Amino acid sequence: MKPKYKRLSIVLLVITLLGGALTLTLCALEESMMYFMTPEELLSKKEQFLNQQIRLGGLVKENSLKALPEPMSVEFIVTDTNQELKMIYKGILPDLFREGQGIIAIGKLTENNQFEASQILAKHDETYMPKEVADALKKKALWKEPVNE
Amino acid sequence: MTRFANPKKFYNLSQKLIPILGITTLLFFAIGLYFALFHSPADYQQGESVRMMYIHVPAAWFSTLIFVFMATMSGVAFVWRHPLADLLAQEAALIGAIYTSIALITGSLWGKLAWGAYWVWDARLTSVLILLFLYIAYLALKQSMQDKPIASKMLRLLALIGLLNIPIIKGSVQWWTTLHQPPSIIRSLGISIHMSMLIPLLLMAAAFGLFFLTILLMRTQTRLLNIKTIALLKKQDQLDDPSLAA
Repeated sequence: MKPKYKRLSIVLLVITLLGGALTLTLCALEESMMYFMTPEELLSKKEQFLNQQIRLGGLVKENSLKALPEPMSVEFIVTDTNQELKMIYKGILPDLFREGQGIIAIGKLTENNQFEASQILAKHDETYMPKEVADALKKKALWKEPVNE
Repeated sequence: MTRFANPKKFYNLSQKLIPILGITTLLFFAIGLYFALFHSPADYQQGESVRMMYIHVPAAWFSTLIFVFMATMSGVAFVWRHPLADLLAQEAALIGAIYTSIALITGSLWGKLAWGAYWVWDARLTSVLILLFLYIAYLALKQSMQDKPIASKMLRLLALIGLLNIPIIKGSVQWWTTLHQPPSIIRSLGISIHMSMLIPLLLMAAAFGLFFLTILLMRTQTRLLNIKTIALLKKQDQLDDPSLAA
């Protein structure tokens, strides 16, 4: 074998082996690579995560947002379309927070199946368009609500 | 292609290309920024803050593409022993590091506006931060080795190993749950950016790419001159003092 091809095969072999090792590592670490849990996952492992600081992600259910008597406090329902959870939050909501949109809440699950959030982050989707286009699509009933994963 | 692996030919070709590339870069930046800042609509959700995209996304694309370029050149240098490939990889690193910083800083500001946080430790943000650390490590290694013959070997190794981080950056938003949204352009469902925003984005991407090429050629030229000067000085020393020649 020419030295050139020998060196080429070394490079390819090393990259393949390291890539394989890395893939296995990342697969093993899958759970900790996840930035947030869905309500379904959380409710299925309720005992494990009760009263622990976690991140929960989901969509804000339409027509579920309510202001609470306490100042700056709100409650709403977060859903992953399979399971839903009532969420309570006191503080300023991000600009992109709205019903039907994705959010990530940092907080903990309490005994009465409520999630008490200490911070809310708005998740935005990968669709970008001018407002007029969005309105026109809505008018023509071609609108598909953006779905976060 | 291999024709231009000859340093002298490469130098002469760069000499011709640099002014053309430079002017084209300026042109693309001018048109791209005009479109991005004045002649594109606000987003239906994010409003005006979407304009951050026209800097953030091109910088982020090229921060990964430049690393792929460096790794490819390092592989070429290792397999085919073209001395120019090493130089191209090494001279690209600083530009890559700057692009990565731009992507991280603009992303952080945009994140505050859109998400409500400057920084979170999700898989996308963390893997891009690792990319910046790889660039810094590469530059620090290059600086500390001062052209010793072993330097280029270690740099090739670092670039090739660092290459493994690139698929993680790309896949992070698809494999795992992240705060960062999934891709808008290279995805199975087709492009999800409206044409009026896609055009300024692509113009800016072209500008960032051309800027990289221009600076890369200029830096490599300077490096070649440097090497030549050192060689000439050595020769001069030998002429002055024949005993050094041995």
